Amino acid sequence: MRMAPVGANPVSVEVENVTVDYNGKVALHGASLQLRAGSICGLVGMNGSGKSTLFKAIMGFVPPSSGRVLIQGLPSRLVQKRSLVAYVPQAEEVDWNFPVSVWDVVMMGRYGYMNLLRMPSARDRQIVHDSLERVQMLEMRDRQIGELSGGQRKRAFLARALAQQGSVILLDEPFTGVDIKTEKAMIDLLLELKQQGHTILISTHDLASITTFCDQVVLINRTILAYGDISDVFTEENLARTFGGSVGKFLPES
Amino acid sequence: MDTLAIWQWLIAPLQYEFMLKALIVSAFVGAVCAFLSCYMTLKGWALMGDAVSHSVTPGVVLAYIFNLPYSIGAFVFGVGSVLAIGFIKSKTRIKEDTVIGLVFTGFFALGLVLISKNPSNVDLLHILFGNVLGISTGDMIQTFIIGSITLVTLLILRKDLLLFCFDPTHARSIGINIVALHYILLGVLSLTIVAALQTVGIILVVAMLVTPGATAYLLTDNFDRMIPLAIASGVFSSVLGTYISYYLDGSTGGCIVVTQTLLFVVAMIFAPKYGLLKQRSGSPAVEIEGEA
Repeated sequence: MRMAPVGANPVSVEVENVTVDYNGKVALHGASLQLRAGSICGLVGMNGSGKSTLFKAIMGFVPPSSGRVLIQGLPSRLVQKRSLVAYVPQAEEVDWNFPVSVWDVVMMGRYGYMNLLRMPSARDRQIVHDSLERVQMLEMRDRQIGELSGGQRKRAFLARALAQQGSVILLDEPFTGVDIKTEKAMIDLLLELKQQGHTILISTHDLASITTFCDQVVLINRTILAYGDISDVFTEENLARTFGGSVGKFLPES
Repeated sequence: MDTLAIWQWLIAPLQYEFMLKALIVSAFVGAVCAFLSCYMTLKGWALMGDAVSHSVTPGVVLAYIFNLPYSIGAFVFGVGSVLAIGFIKSKTRIKEDTVIGLVFTGFFALGLVLISKNPSNVDLLHILFGNVLGISTGDMIQTFIIGSITLVTLLILRKDLLLFCFDPTHARSIGINIVALHYILLGVLSLTIVAALQTVGIILVVAMLVTPGATAYLLTDNFDRMIPLAIASGVFSSVLGTYISYYLDGSTGGCIVVTQTLLFVVAMIFAPKYGLLKQRSGSPAVEIEGEA
């Protein structure tokens, strides 16, 4: 078994036997997992397998009908008050015609730290500036978000997650519509964030790329089928249960 | 010579107190509605504005019957319609636009029945189309108080409401209460409609709640510029429309909304980035850069 470099770090995300149902229809059943600080975990499952429900449960948007979710030992209300969980949305969830600039979007990551009028302090501006610099989007700061390419859009929202300074970052399909070069840059950034102690949970269809940078992987299909180090979890049998069909093509090469 | 003619055109109506009042009230209402219209446009709530404005009708009639300020009755029914829409939507499988359609027509029909049974108390036409030229000082004060509540609320929650329209998921994840914002925005919408009742009436208030925001949205990509642009177009339309109605001796609300609509058409054709002319000249409104 591969030695996780972060084995000693404290548990950051704790999902304990969580069941979520929408009006009696079970979307997620008995899900349990523990994510440590300073780790990257891949979340793999088909559409409708409960990936977004798990995200929502971690953000505290859906009250579990049983079980509980703790982030750094805190319940969701406090987690939200402290901006602990940052969410990077899928491209389709965003109205790209909205009259906001890249700078505005990243500044929204700071709202949780501001007063009622949301007046940015010098520190907020500095953090937004640094976040944009980190994703190499500083020169795009005044662009309206619709004027960005697919990769730039992703980086803008990643910068917002950085500005939010949450300890947990959830990324929903971050590599769709992104070229190889941007994907590589984003992965490097995620690895850097991991080194700094962030917990990253990333949903993706791309099994091959997951093996290159994730410490752990979660296979999900209405419940958590398997969870652990990639070498243990990525078996033909598990993937068959996840995708419910032919598995050969899903397995990463090598 | 020309300036003198324009000057006289502008000055002449002001010798009448009712015109002075009408200009002030409609300019104020134009500004308040325009501010709110930015959020209505971005949130896609035009139909909601339509619903609330029609739903206040029975409230206005009942207020007259029981001798209460019309604004109280209107507000109660405006909020009532919003709650009814929310309740039916959450408890049944019916889609939201259907729920909105059935609730507001139900409320409006109730209003019509009430008016027809009390014809001497309430003038249907004034509710439907406003009567800013006949506005009393008391109603004027009511309008100013109600409109100011809207303005202050929007000024304080300007950024939270923007985030609520843009990305409610993120808003929620950083501890912003989006359910509260949802109802605050609906409450402010009801208040604004009440404030605008006298000026343009319930039928045309929707235009004031949508058109300036839509015009400004075509003119800029920046929300902080969108608000002043919308307010400028709202106030300008209100004032010019009121003047035009004086010289045409026509419906004031009608003239205001026609002016707003013309401004929108001008913006639609000539807007620097998103105008039809700009788009036709070969440079698309949104240029997607290739990945570099």
